[in-house]
Amino acid sequence: MKIYNPLSIVLFALLWLSLVPAAHSQLRIEIIGGGANQVPIAIAPFKGEEALPQKVTAVVAADLVRSGLFRIVDSGGLTAIPAEPAEVQYPAWTARGADALVIGSVSPLPNGYWDVRFRLLDVAKQAQLTGFAYQVTTQQLRNTAHKIADAIYEKLMGDVGVFGTRITYVVKQGTRFELQVADADGYGAQTVLASNEPIISPKWSPDGTRLAYVSFERKKPIVYIQSLLTGSRTVAANFKGSNSAPAWSPDGARLAVVLSKDGNSQIYLINADGSNVTRLTNTGTIDTEPSFSPDGQWVIFTSDRGGSPQIYRVPVNGGAPERLTFEGSYNVSPRYAPDGKSFVFIQRNGGRFNVAVQDFASRQAQLLTENGIDESPSFAPNGRIILYATEIRGRGILAAVSSDGRVRQRFSAETGDVREPAWGPILQGQ
Amino acid sequence: MRKLIFSMAALALLAGCASQDTKEQAGAAIEERKPSVGDITPPVKPDTAPVAKPIVSKPIVANPLKDPNNILSKRSVYYDYDSAVVKDEFKPMVTAHARYLTQNRPAKMVIQGNTDERGSREYNIALGQRRADSVKQMLLLLGAQEAQIETVSFGEEKPRAPGKDEASFSENRRSDIVYQGE
Repeated sequence: MKIYNPLSIVLFALLWLSLVPAAHSQLRIEIIGGGANQVPIAIAPFKGEEALPQKVTAVVAADLVRSGLFRIVDSGGLTAIPAEPAEVQYPAWTARGADALVIGSVSPLPNGYWDVRFRLLDVAKQAQLTGFAYQVTTQQLRNTAHKIADAIYEKLMGDVGVFGTRITYVVKQGTRFELQVADADGYGAQTVLASNEPIISPKWSPDGTRLAYVSFERKKPIVYIQSLLTGSRTVAANFKGSNSAPAWSPDGARLAVVLSKDGNSQIYLINADGSNVTRLTNTGTIDTEPSFSPDGQWVIFTSDRGGSPQIYRVPVNGGAPERLTFEGSYNVSPRYAPDGKSFVFIQRNGGRFNVAVQDFASRQAQLLTENGIDESPSFAPNGRIILYATEIRGRGILAAVSSDGRVRQRFSAETGDVREPAWGPILQGQ
Repeated sequence: MRKLIFSMAALALLAGCASQDTKEQAGAAIEERKPSVGDITPPVKPDTAPVAKPIVSKPIVANPLKDPNNILSKRSVYYDYDSAVVKDEFKPMVTAHARYLTQNRPAKMVIQGNTDERGSREYNIALGQRRADSVKQMLLLLGAQEAQIETVSFGEEKPRAPGKDEASFSENRRSDIVYQGE
């Protein structure tokens, strides 16, 4: 068994593109590229899962493939399905080229629940790496599969998995706008808000229970906060002029918003209930698109105070902003990485708008996309993937790129434009 | 083309044309102030005696805001790419609205700033706001009052032209004046 940790992936990685079959989902996902050092993993059918409407192992395999870091070894043609380590014929899996093997079972419980258990095995060492058992409802089976994929990812990659998280985005269908929330693999899409006026800039509260967004339903941009648990919502900012660009503080108690009530577009801090409005920036120019640092001490934002839109950083308690970007005449839409060490943003190059990441320490920027019309980038909560909006043949779709630029995914709806994505947090206790 | 339309409107004003559109007569009944901006339609005289009137005695006065021949019916200011400068060709129209606001203190308007679809949605909200604010500043300098004007931005979210070519983009780089109640 080789040691798979992020360092070895980086050390041995060479640019190596392969096409992997797209998974089928409500948002169709297409994966382009992959890590050079993909882990060959076999996933045996779980004993008893043929009774389920959706096979757990199919969801696990699709998750792992989508990360670009795994290669699924064929597990077809088994004479007997191994559900326990004692039943595993290790030499056969070695012959198939698998370094890791997933086995498991699904069985109905008297109370209507399902008992789902899995084990991740090291084929070379013939030893268990991890394993869990879950008792879940039929509705929770997909989420359980994502948890299994997260457990496998964490054990083999030494990093937090995000397969069990959710994303939000806006679908424009004709003149109708829908704010939706879906699983990170595009399944289970639910409409949070439908409107005949635009909706933009949805942002997850740090605990994943609320969305802040901007709606134009009252003929001007107003910032709302809506609970995903109850559906109820409150007005966070509705002052004279425009109210937009909400960003949550890491503790979920405050928002940075952009208001034009005192003249031009400036950044203010408000409590999540809309009270205690404090001005953070003070210029005669545009200051917008705030994003809090993970430690809550800084806000990065877009400003054209220097003549062109560039990215700046200001202490959350006020002080002199510091310019961060210098290359190019249009750098916008900054968002902090979860570890606070870098930020993602959009850089215009000629007529193109590309996703770039800049490291705070080195101040070096790296372009992750090219030839795009890319917008609204945000990090997955493990920092490994950047979700953004782009266009294909004039149609809005979502896309994702690994933070090293190697793995790419596209999410497209059956019809309509998809835009304004944001990746939700890892929910505690799930 | 816009310039041409504007010139035609100016000629129409010089010729003193007033709308004969019957749809606007309801608006005319409450329009008691002196019509503005070269609108030389005779003012309405209140009826004082309950006597039989000649059928032709009541001239039609259009709501100047709705009269297609009145410059006040022109509501859009267009901009160059990434610019919020009100170009000279739109200054007579903005001046006319400033005069209307000055002469009609209860009147209120919203100026809606718009951008083309290129670039960040949120930055475009700010850019549209700046465009609307540039019109507002001109109106204030010409005598309008702060309380009469709210500026908001639609950014790139409500394009009037759906195309992805320069013709559509230039149509969408725009501020629109909307009076309260419209």
